[in-house]
Amino acid sequence: MGKEDKMKKYWRANLKYVGILMGIWFLVSYGFGILWVEQLNEIRLGGFKIGFWFAQQGSIYAFVILIFIYIWLMNRLDIEYGVYED
Amino acid sequence: MDIQLWTYILVGLSFVIYIGIAIWSRAASTGDFYIAGGRVHPIANGMATAADWMSAASFISMAGLIAFMGYDGAVYLMGWTGGYVLLALLLAPYLRKFGKFTVPDFIGDRYYSDVARTVAVICAIIVSCTYVAGQMRGVGVVFARFLEVSVDAGVYIGMGIVFFYAVLGGMKGITYTQVAQYCILIFAYMVPALFISFQLTGSFIPQIGFGSTLADGSGTYLLEKLNQLNTELGFAEYTAGTKSMIDVFAITLALMIGTAGLPHVIVRFFTVPKVRDARKSVGYALLFIAILYTTAPAIASFARVNMIETVSDREYSEVPAWFTNWEKTGLITYNEKNLDGKIQYVADEDANELIIDHDIMVLANPEIANLPNWVIGLVVAGGLAAALSTAAGLLLVISTSISRDLIKKQINPDISEKAELAWARVAAGGAVLVAGYFGINPPGFVAATVALAFGLAAASFFPAIILGIFDKRMNREGAISGMVAGIMLMLFYMIKYKLGGFGGGGPEGWWFGISPEGFGAVAAAVNMIVAIIISRLTSEPPEEIGLMIENIRYPGGTKG
Repeated sequence: MGKEDKMKKYWRANLKYVGILMGIWFLVSYGFGILWVEQLNEIRLGGFKIGFWFAQQGSIYAFVILIFIYIWLMNRLDIEYGVYED
Repeated sequence: MDIQLWTYILVGLSFVIYIGIAIWSRAASTGDFYIAGGRVHPIANGMATAADWMSAASFISMAGLIAFMGYDGAVYLMGWTGGYVLLALLLAPYLRKFGKFTVPDFIGDRYYSDVARTVAVICAIIVSCTYVAGQMRGVGVVFARFLEVSVDAGVYIGMGIVFFYAVLGGMKGITYTQVAQYCILIFAYMVPALFISFQLTGSFIPQIGFGSTLADGSGTYLLEKLNQLNTELGFAEYTAGTKSMIDVFAITLALMIGTAGLPHVIVRFFTVPKVRDARKSVGYALLFIAILYTTAPAIASFARVNMIETVSDREYSEVPAWFTNWEKTGLITYNEKNLDGKIQYVADEDANELIIDHDIMVLANPEIANLPNWVIGLVVAGGLAAALSTAAGLLLVISTSISRDLIKKQINPDISEKAELAWARVAAGGAVLVAGYFGINPPGFVAATVALAFGLAAASFFPAIILGIFDKRMNREGAISGMVAGIMLMLFYMIKYKLGGFGGGGPEGWWFGISPEGFGAVAAAVNMIVAIIISRLTSEPPEEIGLMIENIRYPGGTKG
């Protein structure tokens, strides 16, 4: 496999990760926190209505987790494709 | 010891720390001055970014705003954190690999055009200037309330401190001061939050107390109680809000992409050694920001319950001391209307007798909850740390834009490094003076300008950078016409619906029901569409640009 092919595959794998994680990003904030907030507010967890919780708490936790998942995935990808910097 | 003495001690101590750090971390080269030599540890950079990002508005105003907005406050909570996901996944690693000093650097090089570079410089300066004026004002207001000096004197003191470490240390000095400022501001924010959460709900962790039952033994959940209080007084339910769904959606999106396009945030990711450090430091930055941002809505709900229970329908003659103290500053106004001697706080404006400025929720919280005097001093030091750290980051963007993007790149490319560094210092000093001027003579449209700063960042930088990385076919013509279209549309909408120009108009005239605050999302979309169409109608970018894009897409070789 030539260097160029390899890099093309690296980039495609990166785009796939970005696409999936951005999907989750959209779902937890715009989906759960805004578009379906009323439906989710019918469900309760302790004192929280779930939709409200996603809008003011849950989405932020999810954002942090998403970034750390991306860091982990990309470090693995960098090593696999030999572009990990030391 | 009284509040004032504690405040002097804690604020004085924090200033000594900042000045000490500034002397220790003087900048020796332009690399030091612009990007701290590119050697900042990702965790330190995360803290610095968090302090850079969290301004006086986040620290002082946000919880109060949410307390009055209820669910709608989510636009700030999600909007000002979700942009970091965009930064980590779409921007920071590639800009780090690009390996220059500023955002206009990237725009100018990627679009092989000094016109594009100049458009970017102008945007960077407008965005940063509007933002920094508010910070200096914040410094002045905090000083005036707690240290009994005038607002103007407070601004001068703030200018003096920022001048010292920004001019001396550049990015290097700012970075390490911001690390200290983050520690101070987060400690100052959390201490009262933990105590108040415990008092009200029996849980020390505000994020948990937020969803718990009240500690008064009634078994009612805090949020239920709040909904009940709000409804009784005629307000919308706390967990429901009043904005339309499309507007909440648009504002959140505009703030997210605005965040990801703000030059003083982006430039922080140029300061780390490697591409993977750039990703990592975005993660740490958001983690450090999330500590404050998940606490703020909890504080908002605590403060609102406390406030309503303490003052609503109480005899005015029996209110606690903090109430009258803040009344003196004009931030609480009480206006007896039905002459029953009691305080009516209700949604109906004709019957409402109490107006509370949202800024005091955080500042008055320790007093409302009867916390010891040193906590109040700490909150003051924290508020100043938040305002100063953001101001310094913005000043650096302004000075770099002038010394590098204008002087070095366009006016005099042969300038020596020593002279460039001297220009950077002069520009930083000049920027401090300009910021101080606006802090003392604030333009009447400060609230509009912050929305404008985000709208412009969203409408100009974000699409140009994203397309520059992900769309190889994007060329000079497309990017410039996209940016110009986005900025013009944003300015038009803001002037028409916020400042009353072009015939003005109110909410009934808003396009698609979207407020000026949320319009950045539309302007960004217009920028992208225009850019893509124009680029497909004009010639391809030169071959070396294709190679450059290939190169920034993969890590490796960022040393040096």
